[in-house]
Amino acid sequence: MNALALPTRRDEAWRYSDLDAVKSVWPIAPATHIDVAAGETTHHHLLQDAADTDVAIHDYVIQIADGASCHFHILNSGGRLGRVTLDVTLGEGAHFELGGAIIGGGSQTLEIVTTVTHAKPNATSAQTIRSILGQTATGSYLGKIAVARDAQKTDAAQSVKAMLLDRTATANAKPELEIYADDVKCAHGATVGELDKAALFYMASRGMEPAVAQTLLLRSFIAGVFDSVADESVRETLEEAALARLEKLA
Amino acid sequence: MLKIENLTNAIDGKAILKGLSLSINAGEIHAIMGPNGAGKSTLAYTLGGRPGYEVTGGEVDFAPEPGKSQDLFALDPHERAAAGLFLGFQYPVEIPGVSNLQFLRESLNSQRKARGEAALSGGEFIKLAKEKAGLLGLDMDMLKRPVNVGFSGGEKKRNEMVQMGILDPKLAILDETDSGLDIDALKTVGAGINTIMRKPDRAVLLITHYQRLLDYVQPDFVHVLAAGRIVKSGGPELALELEREGYAEVLAA
Repeated sequence: MNALALPTRRDEAWRYSDLDAVKSVWPIAPATHIDVAAGETTHHHLLQDAADTDVAIHDYVIQIADGASCHFHILNSGGRLGRVTLDVTLGEGAHFELGGAIIGGGSQTLEIVTTVTHAKPNATSAQTIRSILGQTATGSYLGKIAVARDAQKTDAAQSVKAMLLDRTATANAKPELEIYADDVKCAHGATVGELDKAALFYMASRGMEPAVAQTLLLRSFIAGVFDSVADESVRETLEEAALARLEKLA
Repeated sequence: MLKIENLTNAIDGKAILKGLSLSINAGEIHAIMGPNGAGKSTLAYTLGGRPGYEVTGGEVDFAPEPGKSQDLFALDPHERAAAGLFLGFQYPVEIPGVSNLQFLRESLNSQRKARGEAALSGGEFIKLAKEKAGLLGLDMDMLKRPVNVGFSGGEKKRNEMVQMGILDPKLAILDETDSGLDIDALKTVGAGINTIMRKPDRAVLLITHYQRLLDYVQPDFVHVLAAGRIVKSGGPELALELEREGYAEVLAA
């Protein structure tokens, strides 16, 4: 991910990015490496709430050894460009779980780009991404799943949902499956929607202020993303930061 | 309480209400009956301010308290509720991920804020919710679940009445609150309406197809709505006459 040449739009992983913003900080710092030893379970999180004018790029290379498990939670909401990439390789019977929320407004570009390689048999991965985008913000999830020839019994799932608060906001969801084994389960689902107007009127009819109603609906939309955060104080930190960002969008 | 004068409206450019006039005083219960397509639900939604229900003419004055009359259509839907209007939905909306308690507490506190009253604490609110749920025979556990999700038709209608009890409006417009209810639920809901709303400073507009609910909630006035207008008004006996003879017969007479 930290190639020396400046990326171009022809590069799939940069297709929806803000390349001017990238240029301003090039070359970027090398990726953070995470190695999860065989049989271990680790939890990681990233709260990306950089200042509005910043360019925040976080790259991770994650190796999950046989029988190990890695849980990663991301709130990607800050910066002119906020980009998080995960390059994950799973060993035999390993598990990777990602819960990611993208919350943006203004003219922000926010992206989560994952490459999950099932290199050995019996590994599982589950990725849940929820994006909320207002004004002219762009939110992208690019998720590639590669299943090697001998990685039989792979079970890989992606669930991607985006909510647009304005017709001028953009959501991109791009699943990409590259499967060389023949006994695997790969599920992916992507939806892009708007706030439920019937629910908003129902809430208003009970006296709820429109901004409160919107925040309540959006909270429920991203509610599940941080459910599996093991450390309660981390979960609260992520949820509170998400809520603060939602309230600014309302 | 509510004075509707010559109200006309349109949905997608099609006229539905065609000069509807109706006056409701504090302490009164009115029933509106009418055939399918007469504009009954449209009247309820228009008064509630549902987007898409365009008012094309007429006036509606809402006076939740004597001498405090205001133009209903100058208020946004949530402001109408804070002023004391409650709309009971024929098809209550499901809101996954938002609990009934959260939904109601935010609603009530929004209303209180608009009226310059202090917010209820969590404890005070739970106490109130328990009392009103008990009144309508709705299990407290139901209130912890997401709004109307997985509720049966009857449970949704009970839930509407629990909401009405908690929000304590001055005027309730109840759109086919009796539809989908079995006999026992109908009795409970009827008793709930009487307990909550049968007071000298309250009023109710019941919209219904059938006379059945009116056995439990005795109306002071009954109106027949047909083709967008009130075509006949009378006392409780009019509902019985309609039930016996049908709309066509009564309207032809």
